[in-house]
Amino acid sequence: MFINFFFDLKQASLPVSLKEYLMLMEAMNKRVVDSFNVNDFYYLSRSALVKDERYLDKFDRVFGHSFKGLENPEGETTKEIPEEWLKLMGQKYLTDEEKKMIESLGGWDKLMETLKQRLEEQKKRHQGGSKWIGTGGTSPFGAYGYNPEGIRIGQKEGKNKKAVKVWDKREFSNLDGDVELGTRNIKIALRRLRKFAREGAETELDLDNTIKSTAHKGYIDVKMMPERRNKIKVLLFFDVGGSMDAHVKICEELFSAARTEFKHMEYFYYHNCLYDAVWKDNNRRYNDNIKTWDVLHTYPSDYKVIFVGDAEMSPYEITYPGGSVEFWNEESGETWLTRMLNVYENAIWLNPIPERYWDRIASTSIIKQIFSDRMFPLTIEGIDQAMRELNK
Amino acid sequence: MKFEGTSSYIATEDLKVAVNAAITLERPIIVKGEPGTGKTMLAHEVAKSLDAEIITWHIKSTTKAQQGLYEYDAVTRLRDSQLGDEKVKDIKNYISKGKLWNAFESDKRPVLLIDEIDKADIEFPNDLLLELDKMEFFVYETGETIKAQNRPIVIITSNNEKELPDAFLRRCFFHYIKFPDPNTMEEIVEVHYPDIKKDLIQEAFKIFYDIREVPGIKKKPSTSELIDWLKLLMTDDVDAKILREKDPKKLIPPLHGALLKNEQDVHLFERLAFISRRENENVE
Repeated sequence: MFINFFFDLKQASLPVSLKEYLMLMEAMNKRVVDSFNVNDFYYLSRSALVKDERYLDKFDRVFGHSFKGLENPEGETTKEIPEEWLKLMGQKYLTDEEKKMIESLGGWDKLMETLKQRLEEQKKRHQGGSKWIGTGGTSPFGAYGYNPEGIRIGQKEGKNKKAVKVWDKREFSNLDGDVELGTRNIKIALRRLRKFAREGAETELDLDNTIKSTAHKGYIDVKMMPERRNKIKVLLFFDVGGSMDAHVKICEELFSAARTEFKHMEYFYYHNCLYDAVWKDNNRRYNDNIKTWDVLHTYPSDYKVIFVGDAEMSPYEITYPGGSVEFWNEESGETWLTRMLNVYENAIWLNPIPERYWDRIASTSIIKQIFSDRMFPLTIEGIDQAMRELNK
Repeated sequence: MKFEGTSSYIATEDLKVAVNAAITLERPIIVKGEPGTGKTMLAHEVAKSLDAEIITWHIKSTTKAQQGLYEYDAVTRLRDSQLGDEKVKDIKNYISKGKLWNAFESDKRPVLLIDEIDKADIEFPNDLLLELDKMEFFVYETGETIKAQNRPIVIITSNNEKELPDAFLRRCFFHYIKFPDPNTMEEIVEVHYPDIKKDLIQEAFKIFYDIREVPGIKKKPSTSELIDWLKLLMTDDVDAKILREKDPKKLIPPLHGALLKNEQDVHLFERLAFISRRENENVE
């Protein structure tokens, strides 16, 4: 039973390892918690198997799934209840009077027994009413209804907060790595991109070297060394305007995180695709632009390049000269992107559009190809992977 | 040995299970959570409730794993040798024990708090892997092995500024202290200020959770800030009525400086208050 649970977790791509599983078994063996209490087992397994709050929500879901039907101590009612019965079809709002009218059916054991009976008797989907299993009713079994001693089956959230299982509450849903993006999280993701090196002015005492040198020469010979610093240098290119307006907030967050995280960072704006000029101030883009050639010549090739854009445009805007929607470009966007990639070996593209849509957009596929698949979604996970890629 | 929370610390059920698992299996526990949810406090309270000695090791960006084990003071020895000091003959005189060493030597099982492990270099946790796993280390200078007499209860806190290496995480229990719900919060406040007026708490809570819900706020106020704020409200003897004030002109809560800690948030809050005031006036 636990092995299955473990493999369910693995299948849901939670990073669990054998060591952690054995740790859980050891804890069970040593009776850290009362093994007949499902809640305590949930807490224990969560603490032993999940090591990052990003995965807590996923864990809750898998736990709920794996131990469905075993939610009670007896664990007798393992019969599958067809999903469609329980589909939310409406909600019955009971008055206080009605609530008072419903008395408990007496005791947990009796409830379970009756549930078992009902399960066997009942053959069809049911809604409303006060006996059968279904949704929105007042029977003690089923979801979205009200009964003070009810057993909830397959409902995501306890509506009346009576029969709530802790893992069903999914309190950690907004910590899932695929969902949330805040500057703090972006900063952490960006921190993957670090390369410490000692460069520049010698300001720190190099103790080991001093001792060595002193011993060698026979008199105190102080040696200094430069401070350790992150020497990563980054060029950021942001797509602005048009379809990117929907993604302004996330780009702002990425920008502010990147600015605090990287000491050497330069940013530029472009529209849709890279052509012969970029700019640094959106109000003055037509007067004050910077030739892309100048960018290529100014910043040495050890800069890491990050493009941010939805890559959603007409394919001609990439592949043909004159394809730009705003002006006549002598050379195609593809030429410019390739030039960029030839200079900067470490370059990636971050795309705010969810990954599952990429294949359906022709221009996205083309750009992904130009970047030899180094396109990542603009999520914490995506940035994380992107930074690993840039570190290579 | 079982941790059940103390009179001055409210531990939720899941936290207790995690801590007890770590105590029983003699493995480190990593505690994460929003700032101000009582991560560091936990170690002190565990020590208090188990009547154990607490050894704290605060981590800074410059902290090296080796410093937790021991440090060899080569410079002093060099100087002593030039002065012809007798001490110089025994290298042990120049080895100063680190926090881990202290913890390993303890006669009674101590609690070792490694505070804010994420502040250190990325390699820091990996450098401690073996030491925390086996609870022993080797002193090269003297050739002795230091082994824990009683495996200390290791509590590690992290503010999530860096990701910790997987190999390290695999060896630990993990607990994420989620932000307390109003009921738990009430218990926490009760523990800190037993004689606070009920209605004051209620109004203060409402404002507190409202502020946390304000969209776009940069730094959400945390438990410790709520407690500070309540203390201020109590010392100033602010009446619950003032907090209940629905007059839009006084929408900004009294002594809000305790809750909002940066000028952008204060500014944002004032602007929101201003907007809602204008809307109210329009309605009238």
